Parts: sequence; C-alpha cells; structure tokens
Amino acid sequence: MSEHEYTPKSKFGKWFNDRLPLLSLASHLTDYPTPKNLNYWWTFGGILTFCLITQIVTGLTLAMHYIAHADMAFESVEHIMRDVNYGWLIRYIHANGASMFFLAVYIHIFRSLFYGSYKSPREIIWIIGIIIYLLMMAAAFMGYVLPWGQMSFWGATVITNLFSAIPLVGEGIVTWLWGGYSVDNPTLTRFFTLHYLIPFLILGLVVLHIWALHVPGNNNPVGIDIQKPSKDTVPFHPYIVIKDGFALLMFMIVFAFFVFYTPNILGHADNYIEANPLVTPAHIVPEWYLLPFYAILRSVPDKLLGVIAMLSAILILAALPWLDTSKIRSAVFRPLYKQFYWILVADVLILGYVGAMPAEGLYLLIARVATAYYFLHFLVILPVLGYTEKTTPVPLSITEPVLGGSPNLAMAKNKESLKE
Amino acid sequence: MSEKKTKRRDFLFTATYAVGAVGVGATVWPMIDQMNPDASVKALASTEVDVSSLTPGKTITVLWRGKPVFIRRRTQEEISDAKSVKMEDLKHPEKDEDRAKNPEWLVMLGVCTHLGCVPLNDKGDYNGWFCPCHGSHYDTSGRIRKGPAPTNMEVPKYEFVNANTIKIG
Repeated sequence: MSEHEYTPKSKFGKWFNDRLPLLSLASHLTDYPTPKNLNYWWTFGGILTFCLITQIVTGLTLAMHYIAHADMAFESVEHIMRDVNYGWLIRYIHANGASMFFLAVYIHIFRSLFYGSYKSPREIIWIIGIIIYLLMMAAAFMGYVLPWGQMSFWGATVITNLFSAIPLVGEGIVTWLWGGYSVDNPTLTRFFTLHYLIPFLILGLVVLHIWALHVPGNNNPVGIDIQKPSKDTVPFHPYIVIKDGFALLMFMIVFAFFVFYTPNILGHADNYIEANPLVTPAHIVPEWYLLPFYAILRSVPDKLLGVIAMLSAILILAALPWLDTSKIRSAVFRPLYKQFYWILVADVLILGYVGAMPAEGLYLLIARVATAYYFLHFLVILPVLGYTEKTTPVPLSITEPVLGGSPNLAMAKNKESLKE
Repeated sequence: MSEKKTKRRDFLFTATYAVGAVGVGATVWPMIDQMNPDASVKALASTEVDVSSLTPGKTITVLWRGKPVFIRRRTQEEISDAKSVKMEDLKHPEKDEDRAKNPEWLVMLGVCTHLGCVPLNDKGDYNGWFCPCHGSHYDTSGRIRKGPAPTNMEVPKYEFVNANTIKIG
C-alpha cells in the first residue's frame, strides 16, 4: 500500500491537517488501492456498513417512543405501530433490517470462505469479524426480547437458560442475568440497555476491521498478492464507490420488498401475543438467522454438551486460519476444496431447515448427521485437504487473467497459443 | 538463576498492585451485584393458594416468584403408576414418596429443567407432562423419563397451612 504524503491545497486545510490529519485520512480512503478484479461478492462490506447505520438510526428513533417496562413494553410497540407518525415504517425497517443485516453478513462470511480471505496475513481482520458476528447475534437476540411478546419472553427464557448448563455456578449466573427468579422486568430493562450499547461496540470494531483491512489491502478473486500497484489496482474512489453503490441499490430493492410487501414474513405470529409466563407457545423457534446453531444445540441429547457444541460451532470459525492448511487462498484453484465448500453451504442450509422443524424422528436424524458433518469439515477435511489436494496453477499476477480472459494461467496461455 | 535481590522498589510495586487490585475489585463488585435479584424481588418469596376447588385429576398453575407452579391432585391410578417405577429406570432417581409427601398432592415448579419452558399437562409417553420446546417427557411424579432435560421438575418448599390452603415458599 502506498504511504504517500498528502498536503491540503488551502491554507486553512493545511493548518487544520497539521493539527488533526483528518484530510490525510480522507485522502487515504479515497485513494486506497483496490484490486481491479474484485467481483460483486466484495460489495457486501459496504452493504453491511449501510445495514449498521440503518439499524442505529431507526433504533434511536424507536427508542424515543418505546417504554422498557414489562407492563408497558408490548403496548408501547403497538403504540409505535398505530399512533406514532411513520412508526410502522421505522419499526418494520428496524425489524427487517436485522434480517437483512444477517443476510448480508452470511454472504460476506461465505465469500471469505470461498476466496480464502481469512488466511495470512488477514487473520486479525477475520477474528474481528467473528467478534462482530457474535455481537450481532447478542444484539439481535436482545432486540427480539424488547417487544415483550410470547416469542420474546420464551426465546429469552430458553437462551438465558443455556447458561444453567454450566456446572456449579450455572444457576447463579442465570439468576444474575435475570435479576430475579424468572425473566421479568429487571431482565427487560437490562436487555434494553445492552441492546442500545452493542451497536456502538460493533461500530468501533468495524473501524478496527477496516483498519486491519487497510494494512495488507483487499484479498481478491484469484487470491494472490498485488504485484504492481499501478497495474493491479484501481483507486477506491470512484471505481469501488460506484460499484458498491450500485450493489447497495440492488440490495435496497430486496430490503424494500420485505419492508413494504411482507413485513412480517420473517417474524412469528406468536410475538403479537403479549408475554405470558404461564403458557409456552407450542413451537418455539428462533429467528431464521440463528436456526443452524439451534439445530446443532438440539441434535445433542445432553444439555451441557449441546450448549458446548453450539458455541463451538461458532468459535471454531475463529480458528479457521490455522485449520485450513492450504497456502492457496482462492477456491478457484482448489478443485477439491471448491466441492467441499458447496457441500458445507448445503450442510448449513440443511441445518437451518431442520432447526425450524420439530426435533424428532427423521428431522433429528438429519440434524445429527449435518452437525457431525459441520465439525468434520472444519476439523478433518480442511486440515487434510491442505496437504493432499492437487491445486491448479495460479496466475502470476492479478492483471494476467484479466488480460488473458481467463482466471487460469494454463487456460490463458492456451488461448494465446491458439491465437498464434 | 540470576541472583536478584529484592529491593525496596519491588516491595513498593507489589504493595501498589495489591492495593490497586483490591480497589478495582471493590469498585467492580457493586456494578456486578446490582444485577442480582433486588430486595423487592426477594420480598415476593411466598404465595398462599386455595386448593379447595381441585378434584382428583385436575391441575392448577399458580405464579410464584414469576415462575409457574403446578399443583396437581393426583388420581389413585397416577399415584400407583408413579410408585411402581423402578429406580434404575430413572435418569434422575427420586422416590415418589420423597417428591409428594401427601401422595394425593403433587406440587412442583412447572419449569422444564432443560431450558425453562412450561411443560404441558396430561401429555407425553408417560401420561405426565410433555415439554413442547425440545421434547422432554415427564411421568406422573414429574420425573424426567425421556428427552434432553437433565433432572426432574423441582419440588419447591411448601406446606399445608390448613386442609385447603398450600403455602409455597
């Protein structure tokens, strides 16, 4: 990355920049050299930033009308929906925005998995990303509790009870989390506080995530390092800004479709019934974005081991840079990994599906097989594949396949020899 | 090993860290403990319930400390079912006599010991309770028989104040 010196043109600009180099930072961000072969899967970083800002802005406005009290929370949400000017719009954007946020983050994560973006020297970017993902799940869970509907209440009960699986201190921790002997008003007020706090923690981590990204620069679809910045890269502005902007518009069409046409399709009807500690809904299901992990939890017949399996399924991702032993980043040049990658995608989708189904009979069997495969992928297949897989030749530079018209060196060479 | 004499400065460092750690601990503890149940929550420790309207085979659910409590007047058949179970068939062995002092009355927290849902009455493979969340089956004594729950449903502290009133807590 070029560390060029930037001097503002105006006298005031120079005076200011010498004292606080904000203009140098802006200049770095606009000139930031970006691999010129980035495809649309790379636009989700920008889309995620948009999602975070949307959640913060709509969340702040909702907080102006919401009342965090067990007796009033449910009614205040209905008040937002019926009485507050555009309250329905703001709440539907916020509720569907959470789903859109997870949709984008899953695409972002699976892009990293396909192109090996988590590998050296980008491990820290990856680990910060996993922490952001964990915080997103915490924020989403606590936000879902705030409307104080039946799913809110019982979701909160089930998830906080996960901690009771910890030997000896488990029960004490759960009582401490609740601030009582069951999920009640003290639980609601603290969840509201934390739900308010976490997005700002995420914002701080996003800054670190981008900072860490700007040290080695972006990975790219062929997964090789930049050879000559002048040939292999384009400045972030205007090239990537326009591309990200276009992708964001497409994304917003999907977002708007949910908000305006099916605002409740991703939710549960039970959450429009006020919380009742005496009646558990017949079928408790978390939001769609947590279903794969829920399936893993339920597939283990032991309480403590189930909780451990579920947490491991997430935390194992942090170890990924060391579990994947292959030096080649991009799956484009890894014929076997590419197939296992798609099997993993299918496996996670299957887990998500069975997570939404009752945990019995065939569904339970499928969940168990899919859980076993999930861990097999990370703990056995990836480490072994790095040593045994025969990879195809990588191109010499980012520019080469672009000019040769094929991402594969051999194919590009063949094409050229055909021309001659 | 290099010979390093303990100096006055080392003592000062150690003393400073020690006092600092105590200070940090004393500051952090109130911040943590404020989240534990407060005095008003603890004050709701006991509830009295009138059970005169219960006929055999009926259950009522009352709220105690924000949690449902099942009070069931068991039928003769249910009592004999619960008593005939062999201890080795139980995941969490407890005698029915120990769970229901007066065999006609079963009083227990209506909270599944898996993840805290409220099990459903007269359901499941053992004619007791069935938890719809993750499929735990309980028998007519509220003991776990099948499914992910680790222990039997908890029996709270309770007593008969008179023939028609139970005091829980």
